[in-house]
Formats: sequence, structure tokens, C-alpha cells
Amino acid sequence: MLNNGQGASLGVRAGRMPMFMARIYRRLSATGPYFTLLGLVLWVGTWWLLCEVFSVPRFEKMPGPVVVLSELFSPQPFLGVSVFTEEYYAHMWASCRRIFFAFCIATGVGVPLGLFMGWSRKFRDYTFPILEILRPIPILAWVPLAILMFKGFESPVIFLATLASLYVSTLNTLLGVDSIDESYFRAAGCLGSKPHHIFWHVVVPGALPFMFTGLQISIGVAWFSLVAAEMVSGDWGLGYLIVDAYMNNVTVPMVIGMITLGFVGWFTSVLVRIVGDRMMQWRTRALAMENR
Amino acid sequence: MAASVAVNQSTAPGAAAKGAVSIRNVTKVYDPEGVNVMAVDDCSMEIAAGEVCMVVGPSGCGKTTLLNAIAGFHSITAGEIHLDGELLCGPDKPLAEQGADRVVVFQNGALFPWKTLRDNVAYGPLVRGQLSKRDALDKAAQMLADVGLAEFAEKYPGEVSSGMARRAEIVRALINDPKVLLLDEPYRAMDELTKSIMHEALLEMYDRTRVTMFFITHDLEEAIFLGDRVVVMTTRPCRTKKIVDVNIPRPRDYHLLSSEAFRLLVEEASEAVHEEALKAFTAGERELA
Amino acid sequence: MAVAASGTGASGGGLRRLRWSALKRNAKLWRGAAAIALTLVLWECGSRASQQLGMQLPFIGLIPPPTAVLAAWAEVIPQFGYWESWYLSFKRVLAGFLSAMVVGIPFGLLLAVSRYCREIFFPPFEVLRPIPPLAWVPASLIFWPTNELSIAFVTFLGAFFTIVINVLGGARSIDIRLLRAAQSMGATKWDMFWRIVLPASLPSIFTGAAVGMGITWEVVLAAEMISGGGTQGGGGLGFFIWNSYMGGSLEQIVVGMFSIGIAGYLSSSAIRYLGDRCMPWRRLF
Repeated sequence: MLNNGQGASLGVRAGRMPMFMARIYRRLSATGPYFTLLGLVLWVGTWWLLCEVFSVPRFEKMPGPVVVLSELFSPQPFLGVSVFTEEYYAHMWASCRRIFFAFCIATGVGVPLGLFMGWSRKFRDYTFPILEILRPIPILAWVPLAILMFKGFESPVIFLATLASLYVSTLNTLLGVDSIDESYFRAAGCLGSKPHHIFWHVVVPGALPFMFTGLQISIGVAWFSLVAAEMVSGDWGLGYLIVDAYMNNVTVPMVIGMITLGFVGWFTSVLVRIVGDRMMQWRTRALAMENR
Repeated sequence: MAASVAVNQSTAPGAAAKGAVSIRNVTKVYDPEGVNVMAVDDCSMEIAAGEVCMVVGPSGCGKTTLLNAIAGFHSITAGEIHLDGELLCGPDKPLAEQGADRVVVFQNGALFPWKTLRDNVAYGPLVRGQLSKRDALDKAAQMLADVGLAEFAEKYPGEVSSGMARRAEIVRALINDPKVLLLDEPYRAMDELTKSIMHEALLEMYDRTRVTMFFITHDLEEAIFLGDRVVVMTTRPCRTKKIVDVNIPRPRDYHLLSSEAFRLLVEEASEAVHEEALKAFTAGERELA
Repeated sequence: MAVAASGTGASGGGLRRLRWSALKRNAKLWRGAAAIALTLVLWECGSRASQQLGMQLPFIGLIPPPTAVLAAWAEVIPQFGYWESWYLSFKRVLAGFLSAMVVGIPFGLLLAVSRYCREIFFPPFEVLRPIPPLAWVPASLIFWPTNELSIAFVTFLGAFFTIVINVLGGARSIDIRLLRAAQSMGATKWDMFWRIVLPASLPSIFTGAAVGMGITWEVVLAAEMISGGGTQGGGGLGFFIWNSYMGGSLEQIVVGMFSIGIAGYLSSSAIRYLGDRCMPWRRLF
């Protein structure tokens, strides 16, 4: 069982419970959650006091938490966007769809590219310099070129988000292959592996931990560039919602857009992490033994 | 000094007729960025089939270089290495091919962390197409059960103790029926108590298989307890300094450790080892990887 | 015994000759050069295909060829406006980056050393972190009185989150043995902070700074394109690109892109150099 040193009595009591119950029990008996709550309340409270109660200069222009939340959850939103309107979901859907495509393309191209670069010295020598030259160019600098190269609204936005996450996923996968201990290659070699065995049994699984860290960063970067691209050129999407609200001089939908973006972005990255943990049972279980 | 060692008559009854390694005048010079570092200098030794040859020397003296040359991880600069009369590497072929007839057990353990113990053990026969997947897994489970790891077969290496992982790694090597087992300080990071259990398990495995072992260590007692012969190496560059024949009959167990014969052998070897260790320490060079 | 210990055997001339022969043998370098040359040639042919063959290739056919880009570059280099955009962008990047460092490093360290601070301040921080920095641009434009201040604020945010996360991670992963050793030698809390926690978190501070620098460039560029590119004179390399786009000069867009690439590369090299200077113990190999 996973009883570690600290809280032995707790471990005994939790020993019979299912894993998640034990975890919840441990959470509730620690002081952490109350401080967390305090922190959140403090933060929202400050926001509320500054914007709504005292209307401090400059802050008065910003909507406070009460205004934003009542708008977000009102069936008849005053300014057009709430959880009850179709428009809200249309924006969210547009952004999520783009992220989905961009992330899939970037992963589908970047991960194999990174694996091959890590596996074959020669291939890496040929491709790495090109990547290194293109990488310092910020994604946003591609905006005009993307608009010119791809027609319409959709494809330039997807292109920019793809490009951003492509670099990250490729480089992290490459780093992952580099991080594999030499002795695993040697062990595989002296057990009689052919190169393709080494690729599938050593390179791919060995690179997984770094790869998934990379994918988590890459989806964050994809959101980052997506928002930028949607703000510059777009017709739908959360980035557009924000910039559109700004143009129309309404601040509440703007903040709603920001909150939604934060939530959706966080959610997608959690999703990637869960998939990663599922695929790396060996790692999850070993880390669980160390109680990390 | 180019010491050539006569073939040791293995004391083991019914020794296997395979796995004789002959190292002849091997020299290895590393050349990182133009600075020549001689790791092995004109080293020769003969290891008889079925012998447990223990190689002892100070850290970073070049023992591992020798092992890497036999396994085919590194090339050699001069000399030849033969296995059962066949040339592994020589002047025209500095790098030996890697193959499952010489399986290595690594210093820090190299069980694939992403495979369960059973999958790890079954890996060798599977990739060489020797057994079907089912047979390989069955045989792996059987061999793990033989060394008392039956209930851990489906665990990942990260979930079991280092001693168990090391035992499974030796099983992973033995399932391939290698001619020679190359062990590179396999019990380095273990405490004495675990070590003694590992030693007995290894001896038991040896008594069953009689596989030739090239065992690197810097623990003199371990060397004498396990080996048929202990080869003491000099500090870098690596040469043979002294050879101690261990004429203690097998099977051995831990009672041996407190016997007079054992103490005398340790005494015989320790002076040579200490001298080299002191030299290595004063040189203060960083160990070669 | 033919062992040349490091340094004693090889003379200076011999060493140089070795370097040169190593360079000649350096397959990596030649392969890289070949790959870049090939890419340039393909790019040139691809974009010229419309003139030569009369048919336009998709995507690449729309991009100006490298020779045209070089010509356009040569044209803008003597111009004052081009260098002014460099200056303006650098100024903004530095302002945002430095303020993020000044606020972010102490904040991260505070979160790392004090458990109460971490439990109180970290959750709101985690709630705000996933919001992409650019989503703050409109809010920032409304909040701050001038454009320049709002750009600085967004830039600050972009780098701030990365730096704090890195500092926190670095300071939290300090080997506990170091702290215990210091304690056993009678170090005060203050000593432990200045002599152990701070130097031990330096590597992650610099990692965070390098990543943050990349984000800073990204944000400055976007902010310049979104706000400065509008009406009030903003300038900067982002504006340079946007202006070229509006003016329909494709070559200058590419010039702008590479200029920013170089600028970003220069700033991250500066951070790496500084990191090497500040952490001599990391230069061993």
C-alpha cells in the first residue's frame, strides 16, 4: 500500500478506503485548502472593492466580479454574451475547433520529426539548423504572411497556432530522446535488437515523459498564438470576442472572454496531462510509490 | 608490463564448453578533442569457459572500457579479443558487433522502466525472433518464478526494490542463453545486507547455468566470494597487476566469509589493490564515463 | 608510456591545427550549411516559378524570393526609420522584461520560502496564469492612460508568469541536504536565503528569463501590431511589419520577420552569456 511515513495513523485509517476517498480525506484534513480558499476570496474581494465599492480611479473603468458574474449567468444578458446564449458557445466552439486541428497537426508532424531527429544523427544535422533559424521569429511576425499565403479566415489562424506548437513539440520530443540514458540503448543492443526495435522499444517510450511535458506546453502556446491571430484576423472565436467587445466599448464581455479563455486553456492542458498519465503507467506508478 | 595469464583450470564440475574469452594485448586510447587518454594499455587475459572472472581495480581505471570492448560498445585501438576462438574485434575490425551472446548487466541497472519485469525478460527472445510472443512471455514468467519473482512479474521496475530489479536484470540476460555474462559493478549502490543476499542468488544461478562471467567490481570480498579467479588491475592505463586464484570449492555460502581460507585470500589481494587505489587517488583524475 | 596528460603535451600550434582538422572533419557543420543552402535554393526557385514557368506554386509562390528579400533589406538598412523601430521595440521589451524580473523573482522566492504565502497567493496566480497574455491587451488599453504603458503592462504579464513559475520550481527543488548542511554550520535564516536559496535557484531563474524573453518579444510584437499599428505613432518592428503589410511590400514583411528573429536571438544570447557569467560552477563541462 501507499502508506508513507508522514501521517501513519491517517494511512491506517485510509487504508481500507478506495484511493480517491483516501486522497479526499487527506486533502480535507490538511490546512492547505482553507488557505487556498482564503487566497481566492482575498483576490476576488480586492477586485470587487477596487472596482465596484470604492471605484478607485482607473479601476472604475473595469467591471467588477459581481457585474461580470451576474452577466455571465443571466438568462437575458444585457450585453449579449452569457452561458445561456448561443453566441457564447459559438465563440468557444470556434476556438476549440481551431485548437484541435492545430494541435493535432502539430503533434502529428512535430512528434515524429522530433523522434527521427533524436534517433538519426544525420537527419538531425540536416534539419536542426533550419529549425534553429526559423524558431527565433515570433509567431506573430508570421501573421501578415499567413494572411497572404492562406485565403479566408480559418486557415491562417490554424496555421499560426500550428506553427507555434510545432516548434515546442518537436524540440521537446528531441530533448526527450536525448534524455534517454545511454545504457538503455546498449542494453537493447546487447539483447540483439535491430534498429527498428530500438526505435519502437527504446526511443519512443523513453521520450514519452518529455514529450508530454512538451505537449502540455505546446497546447498552451497554441492558445497564445490562437488568441493573437483571432484578434488580428478573425470572425469568430474567443480572441475575437475580446477584441470585438473592446471595439464596441463594452468591457463586460471582454472580461467574460478572458475568464473563458483561462478556463478552456487550463482544461485542455489538464486533458493532455491525463492522457499522458494514462500512456505512462510505468511512470505514474513509480512516482506514486515515491508519493510525489 | 604485459602479463599474459595462463588458462585457469576451472574447478567447477561439468563446466559448460562455451564462453571462453581471450583478450590479447588490447590497448584503448580515448581521443576526446585531441587529448590522448590511454584507458587500457596492452592488457591480456584468458577467461576459460564457465569461469567466473572477477576484475578488481580502482574507480575509473579502465575495467569498464575492457567490458565495453567485449560487448561492442566501444572500439579498441590495438590488440584482439576472441570469443570461443572467433574474432570479436581486432586490428581490421576495431568495433565488435553487439550480440546476445554477450549480455551486459549495467552498473546502474538498465531494465526498461516502461516495461513490466516480464516484458523486460521476454524482450531478448522476442526481438531476435527466437520465440513466439506467447512462448517468450511464458518462459519469462517461468524464469522469474525460478528466482522468486513470480508475484512481481507484472510490476514495473520503478515499483520494485533495487535488489529485485537487479535480479530480474540478470534473468533478462540469462534467458538469452549467452556465452558470457558481462557484469559491470552490478551491486555497486547496494547495502551490505542486500548485497549478501544478491551474492547467494547469483551463485545459485551460476551453479545452475555455469555461464562464463566477466564481473567487474571494486569490492574485494565480493570478488573473492564469487569468483574462481580475481584479476587485480592497475590504475589508468589499465593493465593486469596480480592474479589471485580462488581455490575454494563450490557451492559456496556465507559461512565462507568467516573462514580462514577466505581471510588469507583477502589479505593476499588487498595489498595490491590498496597500492593501486592510492595511486589512483593521488592522480585525482576524473573517472571516464 | 604514451599518455599525454591534459594540457602538458599539446603545444598551442598543435592544438590549433587539431581544431582546424576537426573543423574540416566536422560533418555536422557541413550538413547544416548544406541544408540551409538547399532550403534557400528551393525557396528561390519556388517563388520564381511563377515568372519562369508561368505557373504559381501554392503557398511558396506567394513569398518573395530570398534575393528580393536581401535587396529590400539592403534598401532599408541605411534608413533611419528602420533602426528606430529596432530601438523602440528593444526599449519596450526591456521595460516589460526588467519589470517582470524585478517583481517576479522576489515574488517567486517569497512563494518558495513561505508556505503561507504560497498557499494564499498561488491559487489566484494559477487562476490567472492560463489566460493568454494577449487577451489582456484590450483590458490593458482601457485601464492604462497611455498606449505605451498598456504595452508595457501586457509585456510584463507575459514574462511575469513564466519567471515566477520557474523561480518557484527551482527554489522548491533545492536539495534539502544543502539547507541542512548550512543549518548544522549555524547559518541564520537570512544567510540561508542569500547564500543558498538564491544561488541554487539561479539556474532556474535564468531558464525562466530565457523563456520569458521569448514571450516578451512575442507580446511586444503583437501589442505593436494591435495597438501601435493603429493610429498613434508607435513604431517598433511589429509596426514595421504591419506597415509593410498595409503597404503591400512583401519583401519588407520578410525583412521585418528576420529582423525580429535576429533581435530575439540577440536578446536570448545576452541572457545566456549573463547566465554563464553568474554561474561559473555550471561551466565545468
